[in-house]
Amino acid sequence: MWLTCSSIGRKLVMAVTGACLVLFITFHCLMNAVAIICPSGYNAVCEFLGANWYALVATVGLAALFIIHIIYAVWLTLQNRKARGADRYAVVSKPAEVEWASQNMLVLGIVIVAFLVVHMIQFWAKMQLAEILGTEYVHDGIEVNPAAGTLFLHIAFSQIWTPVVYIIGFIALWFHMNHGFWSMFQSCGWNGSTWLPRLKTIGCWWTTIVVALFIAEAVVFTVRAHSADFATEVKEYVMDNARTIDAPCGAQDCPSIIVVE
Amino acid sequence: MADLKNLEGMIDSTPIMKDYADIESSKLPEFQIDSKIPEGPLAQKWTNYKAHQKLVNPANKRNLDVIVVGTGLAGASAASSLGELGFNVLNFCIQDSPRRAHSIAAQGGINAAKDYQNDGDSVYRLFYDTIKGGDFRSREANVYRLAEVSNNIIDQCVAQGVPFAREYGGLLANRSFGGAQVSRTFYAKGQTGQQLLLGAYASLNRQINKGTVKSYNRREMLDVVVIDGRARGIIVRNLVTGEIERYAAHAVVLATGGYGRAFFLSTNAMGCNGSAAVQAFKKGAYLANLAFTQIHPTCIPVHGEDQSKLTLMSESLRNDGRIWVPKKKEDAEAIRAGKKKPTDIPDEDRDFYLERRYPAFGNLCPRDIASRAAKERCDAGYGVGTGNAVYLDFKYAIQRLGEAAVRDRYGNLFDMYQMISDDNPYETPMMIFPASHYTMGGIWVDYELQTSIKGLFAIGECNFSDHGANRLGASALMQGLADGYFVVPYTMQNYLSDQIKVPHFTTDTKEFDEAEKGVRDRIARLMAIKGTKSPDQIHKRLGHVMWDLVGMGRTLKSLVKALEEVENVRKEFYSDLRIVGRADDLNTELEKALRLEDFLVIAKMMAIDALNRNESCGAHFREEYQLADGEAARNDKDYMYVSCWKYTGDNEKPVLLKEPLNYTEIKVQTRNYKS
Amino acid sequence: MEHTINVNLKIWRQRSPKEPGAFVTYRVENVSTGSSFLEMLDMLNQQLVDKNEEPVVFDSDCREGICGMCSLYINGHPHGPVQGITTCQLHMRKFNNEDTITIEPWRSAAFPVVRDLMVNRNAFDQIQQAGGYVSFNCGGAPDANNLPISKEIADIAMDSATCIGCGACVAACKNGSAMLFVSAKVSQFALLPQGQVERARRARAMVRKMDELGFGNCTNTGACAAECPKNISLSNIARLNREFIKAKFAD
Repeated sequence: MWLTCSSIGRKLVMAVTGACLVLFITFHCLMNAVAIICPSGYNAVCEFLGANWYALVATVGLAALFIIHIIYAVWLTLQNRKARGADRYAVVSKPAEVEWASQNMLVLGIVIVAFLVVHMIQFWAKMQLAEILGTEYVHDGIEVNPAAGTLFLHIAFSQIWTPVVYIIGFIALWFHMNHGFWSMFQSCGWNGSTWLPRLKTIGCWWTTIVVALFIAEAVVFTVRAHSADFATEVKEYVMDNARTIDAPCGAQDCPSIIVVE
Repeated sequence: MADLKNLEGMIDSTPIMKDYADIESSKLPEFQIDSKIPEGPLAQKWTNYKAHQKLVNPANKRNLDVIVVGTGLAGASAASSLGELGFNVLNFCIQDSPRRAHSIAAQGGINAAKDYQNDGDSVYRLFYDTIKGGDFRSREANVYRLAEVSNNIIDQCVAQGVPFAREYGGLLANRSFGGAQVSRTFYAKGQTGQQLLLGAYASLNRQINKGTVKSYNRREMLDVVVIDGRARGIIVRNLVTGEIERYAAHAVVLATGGYGRAFFLSTNAMGCNGSAAVQAFKKGAYLANLAFTQIHPTCIPVHGEDQSKLTLMSESLRNDGRIWVPKKKEDAEAIRAGKKKPTDIPDEDRDFYLERRYPAFGNLCPRDIASRAAKERCDAGYGVGTGNAVYLDFKYAIQRLGEAAVRDRYGNLFDMYQMISDDNPYETPMMIFPASHYTMGGIWVDYELQTSIKGLFAIGECNFSDHGANRLGASALMQGLADGYFVVPYTMQNYLSDQIKVPHFTTDTKEFDEAEKGVRDRIARLMAIKGTKSPDQIHKRLGHVMWDLVGMGRTLKSLVKALEEVENVRKEFYSDLRIVGRADDLNTELEKALRLEDFLVIAKMMAIDALNRNESCGAHFREEYQLADGEAARNDKDYMYVSCWKYTGDNEKPVLLKEPLNYTEIKVQTRNYKS
Repeated sequence: MEHTINVNLKIWRQRSPKEPGAFVTYRVENVSTGSSFLEMLDMLNQQLVDKNEEPVVFDSDCREGICGMCSLYINGHPHGPVQGITTCQLHMRKFNNEDTITIEPWRSAAFPVVRDLMVNRNAFDQIQQAGGYVSFNCGGAPDANNLPISKEIADIAMDSATCIGCGACVAACKNGSAMLFVSAKVSQFALLPQGQVERARRARAMVRKMDELGFGNCTNTGACAAECPKNISLSNIARLNREFIKAKFAD
């Protein structure tokens, strides 16, 4: 199978999974933006992406992309270390044209994965996972609807360390994606001396916008998490939804009956 | 001959020659030369030859082995073509890859009589220009064949994917070169040699992949094995392990390049050597026309004793640059001492010596004239830089055309110059000086490119070639590929046709034993000297002798002195050489020593050949033989022959054999550079 | 004007691929700044030979930047700190008096050290042998002008064909990848009409050989193109990727 046996095939796999992940990340940052503009809309999105079949399929797909991307990265790196030979250069001095990120993609990837673990514990575990397992997260003695995104934001960002971790993760993401963006086009062969600088520029803008949005969102959530008004709003919302959960028709079966003010 | 400069200068060196060589032997019948030129009119000779030559059928070809030594244009093209025919080819090179042979450094282009420019070119015209450029010292039939196949070379190379320069219409572009009135030179940027060699290398790779060619890298041929009068194998030294290896074959082709590094400093690569030619010589092949060595006028000058090689600057620079030295000796001295800059010298104190001496051609006079004139000025004490350099000034061109136009024409050359010399040629004149570049002489071959040893062929620069006394620009690539792609694959079959019954050779014969022992003894002898001088130190000394005494201008006196000096260097070599390291190991010093030992033989033969030729022709300029205006005084009556030298023993005088040159289709004329 | 400098050299010395190597420090005095880097090493070797020591082994041949024989990893850069040239074109005026210069061989599993600074680049020949040609027997070629090729395409193909096969791309790459070298050859033939017939076959064969010989995977760091003495462009690698992927999808 040439996707595993040839170097270019393996790079193609990295590129294709990378491209999908870029799209996912882009979608994610746009979705988060909803939480700033319209918190109730955000919760609707959370509801929409609950433990229904299409969301589950997407989640499994996404997880597969991540896992393939990571396995291939480790595999390629091990092969490359072997290809480098036993002796290392005593003096290494990289020319200016070589991006720092391009030489450190694995390290950046590890930072991103570490961030991802934190992020998933804070959100996914309480939301989709909780929904799948049917063990809802209990906050202040109340079982919380897994679609209560704004509440989880409030919980997460009221911790002082959260925004710090997130910003570290976002910076790593910027470097990783900035190189990865044009690199995936290069690996797919969609490149040339005219398009290389263009793709680099597009990639840089794309990455910067995505990461800037994420950072802005983290900042907004942190500020909101510490504001009394917002805490009250969230509280009310949780109480509303707590009622909904008690209703005869469960949220899983009829999500449409949830009415958010 | 009425306008000879000084008749008393015309000294016949023949009597002195007799001390060094046996020059009368050529009159004896057993020393007659047979160049095997086919019958028929000139234009039909090659066609007739091909029509009547003997062939080897495909089933038999795979039973026949051919050794090709060298992987330059000639070697790689021959090895791949013979492989395509179905022979078992063994291909050797001293570099780490066949692609690194020095053909790769050729810049300008390759000639062919395509007449794509509709400017009146034809096979005959290319043939005529080559003969005339060679000052009527080359074999008519060979040169005609060269011109004939030149067109096939271009077709072949394009089919291989060589990216020649093209016009916007998609057809091939041509440029003009020295010595021709038509544009017939095909080129690929300034890297034509590289592209042609990579083309031949690609064909070779295809055959290696198919298994018809076996490639042996980092191996140096140290002897030819002759069995019953036929070349049947070679002895090589594995340059990585130091082992001596034997290889047998039905025929051996030498494509080992020229001997220009006899001058030590030259535009040749570090590894270029004349060893294969010397080994062949010692086994009975003749060396021919060794005095014909081309000195290129526009090279970057020597900067000091530690220099290892010289870099050529394209001759095209002379189109717009003006060559000069200071008129006053004190200015030249001040410049050499660093007290004055060239830009400090006013125009009236500059001596544009080419324009002064050759008003008609000026800075564009032929290579040999320009080279000799530069040397003359430097010898007289007007040189700049280290004393051995003249200026090539673009100030006037920049004034006339503007810097942008000059940059457009010569930008890449100026950059290369600046990188090497650290001077900006837009602001200060370039410094140039002549350097050894190409050797027209080499192993004597007949029409079939076979040497005087049966089954030993020599192709490319290493044979005495088709260039006579002087090679035209862009003709070396043409000859190398013609020999390899289109001549040797035919003539080889003619030779091998009666060998089909001869089984694959074993290297287990007494001839191989003897040859290997000879090589081992030779190495042991050199290792045992244990003196104090490295091969490079002695080679440099030899280089000085050759450059000063057998260089651009030769005299009876200088050549006699050269023979004494070469003998002194030889004595120093055999008494004071030091080779560190072991013989049975990678040993670069031993490699250099072995090559140098052979250069000592070549150096002596060059001086003897130059001494024998009592005339000036082409690149061979005997100062005694010049016309009143400094033109070469050629002597067709006595010297219209190829001088072939036969080896008779290390301490014996070589024997001169003469192959007369008969021109049937060409009127022999004096080259005219004046109008 | 030319003057002389003294330099200290830290040179990697290794007797064979199997024996371990180590740095040895040398000093060369009175080096003319007009000398080339390799001439400076010639001076060092003369010094060593004078002391009856074995000279430092390094490859060099044409000494004008075209044969691709010279190598050397100088102060952290293949072919030295000046971009766009080979080691033999590097001059001592680029260094200062009393500089310490570290000289290492190309380091890559596919290029084992032969001795000292000399490496075995036979792997490159093997890749070329796998398919770096147009299968065409000598003789019988159609007239050269029967096949018009646009100047633009011919020029791009020429730029790719300029590769001298020195191996600096592999030496510079942290992954020991030979993609720039392979892509230059594949590009030349993929661009020209002569190479069309075997286009897919060539890309497959050459990539397979490259992988088989233990070169690393390209991660698009671009170090190869930045250090290439002939400025072979990174777009060649994209072209190779495209050629290979197309060939594989066509299977």
